[in-house]
Amino acid sequence: MNDFWSTVYVFVLASFIGMGVIRKVSRLLHTPLMSLTNAISAIAVVGAILVTGGDYPLRIRILGAIALFASMANIVSGFLITDRMLKMFKTDSKPGVR
Amino acid sequence: MYGLSQFAYLVASALFIFALHWMNTPATARKGVYAGIAGTALAIIVTWAEPTVIHHVWIIGAIALGFVVGVPLSRVPLTAVPQRTALSHAFGGIAAGLVGTAEYYLRLAEDPGWLTPFRMVALIAEIILGYLTFTGSLMAAGKLQEVKWVPQRPVTYPGQNLVNFLLLATAVVVAGLIAFNPAAAWAPLAFPVIIVLALLFGVLLIIPIGGADMPTVIAILNSYAGLSAVAMGFVLDSKLLITAGALDGSSGLILAIIMCKAMNRSFTNVLFGAFGQVQQAKGGGEQKQYKAETAEGAAQVLEQASLVVIIPGYGMAVAQAQHKVRELYDQLKKRGVTVKFAIHPVAGRMPGHMNVLLAEADIPYTDLVEMDDINHDMPQADVALVVGANDVVNPAAHTDKSSPIYGMPIIDAEKARTIFAIKRSKNPGFAGIDNELYFNDRTWMLFGDAKAVIGDLVKELSGGSGRH
Repeated sequence: MNDFWSTVYVFVLASFIGMGVIRKVSRLLHTPLMSLTNAISAIAVVGAILVTGGDYPLRIRILGAIALFASMANIVSGFLITDRMLKMFKTDSKPGVR
Repeated sequence: MYGLSQFAYLVASALFIFALHWMNTPATARKGVYAGIAGTALAIIVTWAEPTVIHHVWIIGAIALGFVVGVPLSRVPLTAVPQRTALSHAFGGIAAGLVGTAEYYLRLAEDPGWLTPFRMVALIAEIILGYLTFTGSLMAAGKLQEVKWVPQRPVTYPGQNLVNFLLLATAVVVAGLIAFNPAAAWAPLAFPVIIVLALLFGVLLIIPIGGADMPTVIAILNSYAGLSAVAMGFVLDSKLLITAGALDGSSGLILAIIMCKAMNRSFTNVLFGAFGQVQQAKGGGEQKQYKAETAEGAAQVLEQASLVVIIPGYGMAVAQAQHKVRELYDQLKKRGVTVKFAIHPVAGRMPGHMNVLLAEADIPYTDLVEMDDINHDMPQADVALVVGANDVVNPAAHTDKSSPIYGMPIIDAEKARTIFAIKRSKNPGFAGIDNELYFNDRTWMLFGDAKAVIGDLVKELSGGSGRH
């Protein structure tokens, strides 16, 4: 029964924080928000690293390596595209200059 | 060592919360990305340093491959961002599914006692959510990308919801049996059954959903991808995973709720309502007449205006007209006209899509105004210019109870003094719902491709600046 209750606590509290924080995110940024949360939830990468790198049978590690690849692709593309989009949001155009 | 790595995970969790917090305004948003990168990098390094991790070449190889695929995926055109997002949900789903599968077979062979009912329930939730998100998101990405073999139109058949329900119920029953007998002789054989059912369920869940509902569906899949990470966190007893997954899950949920509200539809209606078969607009009836206007005439009205509200829809992006719109914006600003963009929450193909497309065209975000705020100003607007939007300005949402969009909040374009609507052709029944706005006394149609029409307006405005 390890840390059953403490993990449930973490989940519930983190969900509340998530709701509170996300509600305040500017509507302008909902698309970048989604790509950012994609990248963040790819933190599942830690599970993939443990499975891939452990002293386990080959077939287990192959599953891990595919998962690691998929998570890493999400991390890389998620953060890069979020930053690329955010760079485009400017307050004002310099008058006269295009 | 344990304390140190737990501390690092705690810091990473805090960084993720800050990352999302900084997204509350565009001014600090990029800082949020850096916080996210820092948190992820920290978690990866600490995990990699675990003494049980010994196959470093494998890890380096998989990470390198992740970069090879990830970098090009981050450079897609912004019109394709919804597909990319769906694809990344698929990646997240498959990662969770595979790790869960690996954990099960690994523990079964080495330490069956580890597979407590609690861990098994979490593990099975992880793989069901993971695999159904995988196929569901691939279908969604295929629909958005308009891949040939993925049906664009919603696919429906009698008893569809019953079939889906039975499928899910079967998966849950098998899951329950395995959860409490994880080490039984038949369990390793029944496990793949759950995988197959989840994969199938993902496909069946998405095929009845039409294009208009894609923004909601993407948000829901986002939520599922997050929840599968939470489940993985329960299995591995990782509070970092639980926190990050919960943040992602609540984000997807909130976005889905916003989308549903913006369409005046319920969650269940989006998922199980098969919105696709929009009843053909009551054909026949009196043939109403459009009033057409020339670019020259429209330009003169625009020039005289003090407030112009541009209402863009996905049609603007399809016609690649954003940059011409920006030129029009510049021309009008130069004349002292106030120009605002009215953004409906479901304009575009995913939450916030229109804002990103306009930001790319260098339009300051301070002039992108949300629906509720702009509706206050609409009666003061001299001109409402509708570019590639349709349903989101259709007054039938207020007046016509038989309309499928009745009750949906819309941008009140019809309250402006003059309305210009750009439309490709005079044919009515453009596979959708009739739009009364086009026959309004104060509406003038500008026929043609959006990019060409706006180009003409710009030409009139820039050429005419010397006259009178």
